[in-house]
Amino acid sequence: MAKEKRLILKHLDSKGYNPSITCYLKHNGYKTLKKAFSLLPLKTEDGKTLSAQEQLREEVKLSGIRGRGGAGFPTGVKWSFINHNTDKPVYLVCNCDESEPGTFKDRQIVHKDPHQLIEGMIIACYANDVHLAYIYMRGEFNLGAKIIEKALQEAREAGFLGKNILGSNFDLEIYLHRGAGAYICGEETGAICSLEGRRPYPRIKPPYFPAALGLYMCPTIVNNVETLCAVKHIIEIGATKYAKLGIPGDTGTRIVGISGLIQKPGYFEIENGKVTIGELIHDFAGGPLPGRKIKAIIPGGSSSKVFRADEKITLKTKNSDGTESIKTIDIMELPYDSNSIMAAGSMTGSGGLIIIDDSVSMVDVAANISEFYTHESCGQCTPCREGNLWMCKILRRILSGQGRRIDADELLRISHNIMGGKTVCAFGEGSTWPIESYIIKFRDEFLAMTGIAEDNRKEVWGESGINRFE
Amino acid sequence: MEFSVPNILKNKIDELILHYPEKRSVTLMALHAFQEYYGYISNEAIEWIAQKLSLMPITVLELVTFYPMFSQEPLGKFHFKICRTLSCALKGSKNIYTFLCNKLGLDPHLHGRQTTADGRFTVEYVECLASCNTAPVLFLNEDFYENVTEESVAELLSLCEQKEGENE
Amino acid sequence: MINKDQLQNKEEIPMIDIKIDGKAISIPKTRPHSVTGKQEPTTIIQACSIAGVDIPHFCYHPRLPVSGNCRMCLIEYGIPAIDRDRKPILNPDGTPVIRKMPRPAIACFFNDTATTEIYTNTEAVKQYRQAVLEFLLINHPLDCPICDQAGDCKLQEYVHQYGQETSRFVEDKVIKPKKRAISSKIILDNERCVLCTRCVRFTREIIGIPALGILNRGGLNQISNYPGSDFEHNYTLNAVDLCPVGALTSRDFRFRMRSWFLSETKSICPGCATGCNIIIHSRDKQIYRLKPRENDNVNSVWMCDYGRLNYKWVNAQNRLTHVFAENTDGTQVESDWLSTLKKIISVLEKTPPKTTAILVSSRLSTEEIYLISKLAKRLDAFTDSISHLGEGDSFLLNKDLTPNSKAIQIFKLASKTPGDRIAEISKNIDEGKIRNLLVFGEDPIKSGIAPGILGRLDLFVICDILVNPSSKEAQYLLPGASFAEKQGTFINAQGRVQRFGKAFSPIGDARPEYWILANILTKITQESWPLTPEGIFNKITATTPGFENMTWELLGTVGMDIVSTANTTE
Repeated sequence: MAKEKRLILKHLDSKGYNPSITCYLKHNGYKTLKKAFSLLPLKTEDGKTLSAQEQLREEVKLSGIRGRGGAGFPTGVKWSFINHNTDKPVYLVCNCDESEPGTFKDRQIVHKDPHQLIEGMIIACYANDVHLAYIYMRGEFNLGAKIIEKALQEAREAGFLGKNILGSNFDLEIYLHRGAGAYICGEETGAICSLEGRRPYPRIKPPYFPAALGLYMCPTIVNNVETLCAVKHIIEIGATKYAKLGIPGDTGTRIVGISGLIQKPGYFEIENGKVTIGELIHDFAGGPLPGRKIKAIIPGGSSSKVFRADEKITLKTKNSDGTESIKTIDIMELPYDSNSIMAAGSMTGSGGLIIIDDSVSMVDVAANISEFYTHESCGQCTPCREGNLWMCKILRRILSGQGRRIDADELLRISHNIMGGKTVCAFGEGSTWPIESYIIKFRDEFLAMTGIAEDNRKEVWGESGINRFE
Repeated sequence: MEFSVPNILKNKIDELILHYPEKRSVTLMALHAFQEYYGYISNEAIEWIAQKLSLMPITVLELVTFYPMFSQEPLGKFHFKICRTLSCALKGSKNIYTFLCNKLGLDPHLHGRQTTADGRFTVEYVECLASCNTAPVLFLNEDFYENVTEESVAELLSLCEQKEGENE
Repeated sequence: MINKDQLQNKEEIPMIDIKIDGKAISIPKTRPHSVTGKQEPTTIIQACSIAGVDIPHFCYHPRLPVSGNCRMCLIEYGIPAIDRDRKPILNPDGTPVIRKMPRPAIACFFNDTATTEIYTNTEAVKQYRQAVLEFLLINHPLDCPICDQAGDCKLQEYVHQYGQETSRFVEDKVIKPKKRAISSKIILDNERCVLCTRCVRFTREIIGIPALGILNRGGLNQISNYPGSDFEHNYTLNAVDLCPVGALTSRDFRFRMRSWFLSETKSICPGCATGCNIIIHSRDKQIYRLKPRENDNVNSVWMCDYGRLNYKWVNAQNRLTHVFAENTDGTQVESDWLSTLKKIISVLEKTPPKTTAILVSSRLSTEEIYLISKLAKRLDAFTDSISHLGEGDSFLLNKDLTPNSKAIQIFKLASKTPGDRIAEISKNIDEGKIRNLLVFGEDPIKSGIAPGILGRLDLFVICDILVNPSSKEAQYLLPGASFAEKQGTFINAQGRVQRFGKAFSPIGDARPEYWILANILTKITQESWPLTPEGIFNKITATTPGFENMTWELLGTVGMDIVSTANTTE
């Protein structure tokens, strides 16, 4: 049976473990930071000298870790975009805006093991010459904010933050910045705008890549909470060992959250690609509710495209001798890692699975998700602002019993006018991929609901169609 | 009447100004401080913050109206925020919301923020609170409740009544 | 004066070869930035503009920082294909294979130097445009019949050009505030707004005072000022010009005329010495509005509200529309040009030197001021002008509230401090030394001539546009033409000579002052003087230092700088 591999979650649920620095230190806390500080310049074979910082950055690159926030961009590569030869300061922003429906992993770290995050941040800051960093935390984590504030204060008092940390000559301050209820602040440039005190309108990339023109137009690294914790573990166990966890192309462990209509919703830290969706659902989360059948699986937060539970996936795999073989598997046999899920047409995103069973209409799911994205669209660019609201109104109308058969196609048409690089940021895709996939994969449910409504109206109003919707 | 801001808030804002290279960045945290202290963000507060941070009031108002956690009107003494998004919806948050609205005489079909006529209770739907594994979840003021049921909400309501009684 | 930096900027900007819709074109690799003027990589929209290819857009404006929010300018583009070793893939003929990118780009911001082909008329691009227009229309009130922007509206224009025929929207529209006065001069209709943020960026980046912002979120976003603090300064109406739709309308212009009935005349604002380039919008001898006209040497694309709204006097009730002459009983009666000019000329022909004074307004055209200088020379007359000074500001509004003080100086009709000879003139009239007083466009009593002494003059002529308190004292009252009713040039404070055009013929029996002056001069100098501004101007260029390189034709629509010489400038 598949097992968890707890690195980040190792302690936080153990009995007696608490968010205080004393507890963290008792569990070997801040040892990795000391290790990072103790690194000496290293002469390489080709005669170059690698500074301690360069070695740390190289380790993260070698580890192959992909960002855990949703986009899955390799962290080491992200860091390598920073130009250290300018007069501009480099900033680091920890993205703790955890807002993707279905995701609740960062909450666990922030509330139960804040010092792990702080240690990871200090190491990341040290590695990237950052002297001022922010934790961008969603406003609704009010308790989390208090815990982090306290932990930062403890770290400051213990000499892990401030001037000349542990005699390393390295200065760093970390401050907490709270959002106030906006999903778009999870988009890295949205978070940056929010930090600057502007409306959190994502910026156009290019040219406003955070690594070049980020916070206050300075080079900026934006990393997710889980990613920064993983950095701590990469430095602790070494890149080679970390890279052996998971699979090539998606190394290490990640925290997967399972929620929705399932026996034991929860969060589990797994090695990427070593556990299948079926195992996550049945072994880890206890399977469907009594008497129910799983109908659909949202694999990586609400933005990801849905899978039917009875879906067959055709995968190309590379054999050891270089040849390719094609096999068709059941969705439940699909390994949970970025590459496999992407090959199956969706994404692992932020690692949140939402399970939907046969008691629920996919039209309801679509309406719920559409309400969310309509509420969260920042409204900066035309297609997202107008399109999401339009789709939401159509779905509301369908739910109110006023559907039309053409509405499913109409929703597809509108979503295609939003997605595909037509918006300023990826919200355009994230908000329409799910709706598009529900309609494509559960078209019958949409047609059934709208068809009944249409036929009923015809009975009342007659074919001539007095009703304004026809 | 001149809008006077207590020292505790002033000091907090002064402290926050030290956290950022640019004063404008303080706006959001300053708004949190005012929302927490006064329970809402008045025009006077907006203008005070703007002046303090050398901004135009519209720049502050732009943020107040963008973020749903800020309110421009006073809210009920007891403020329920119920998660509306998918995982909570699958676990029946709509029933909780309807139950609460019916109990308090509010319209369960409305989505926006509603306050009871006596101004004691405010109920609103909010989007995903990142605790999907313990759905359905809600906030009662600053306290977070997980796995809520109609029964536990009824208990919370009676607790509110009790608290109110104690205060009187 | 010609700016040396500008000349240097023209130096050697490398060109790159691209194809737009299959047509090869060379474009400069960099262009000056909209606000800073710094050289920046040429964007696709700039490249297309050079190639004469129209890219529809709402939020983009050449003079504002790019925002990229409307998504109307999405285009497709191609870059040279590379193989796995990052080497270019070549066609059999050795040219690189160009691969169309799967995702579109916004033309207003995109400047990837690798781009070699731009596609603006593909099926996909048509679809992008249709989609954006549909999105912008679903919540739009579709109230073109009563919208002041109709005819000038980019949304209307693009829907006509690129939109689809039918609407598929059956839901309820978003309700937003309408007819909200955000200032004493501007009305905001949020339902018509496409949220391009041009007005917001204008207040922030050009004026530097963020008076406007966006409230709410998502589909409920709306432009607003801060309630209770109106959007008031001297440049607000530029926001109305910038608004591509009917969201911001000028209270001055609202509901007064459909824009397509208006004829447009290139002109120069007579409101101050800056000489902002403008367009007069008029119909049936009536000015309805003034709008700024682009001229980077003067006003970019802006003008101040003071200048913009300073046109009502042209059609004012107290316009002087007929010639008046004093009757024997001292009353003024309507007269005709021929007999009146004859009488004036007969006096001036015979008057001895130093017996005439001429008071000249710096609102007259350069040509008129020049002719007055010739008349003054012939009569050996005393001359002076009057300063009209205001506050001014650091952007466009000059302290000097007249458009042509420079010409007064060039033709030496007043000292460096205009008005300092008035007392002397007044004294000489009083003592009977000055027998004739000719006034062009000023009020002599208000200017400082003692009121009681005007009756002692042999000849007292006032030529003006409006009736003023001194008018009733004049023996002859000649109706002049406003800037909108004649051609001419003004020379602005920087010494730039700029032409203004004639929007309509003078009201009533009014005549341009140059016509009056040329008629008088021809009689009393026995020389022939041109009766057109063009003829007079070309006479000026032949004799005036600094004007040598100019001709009426060469001035064109944007004017020319006087070449700096010790004689003409300080």
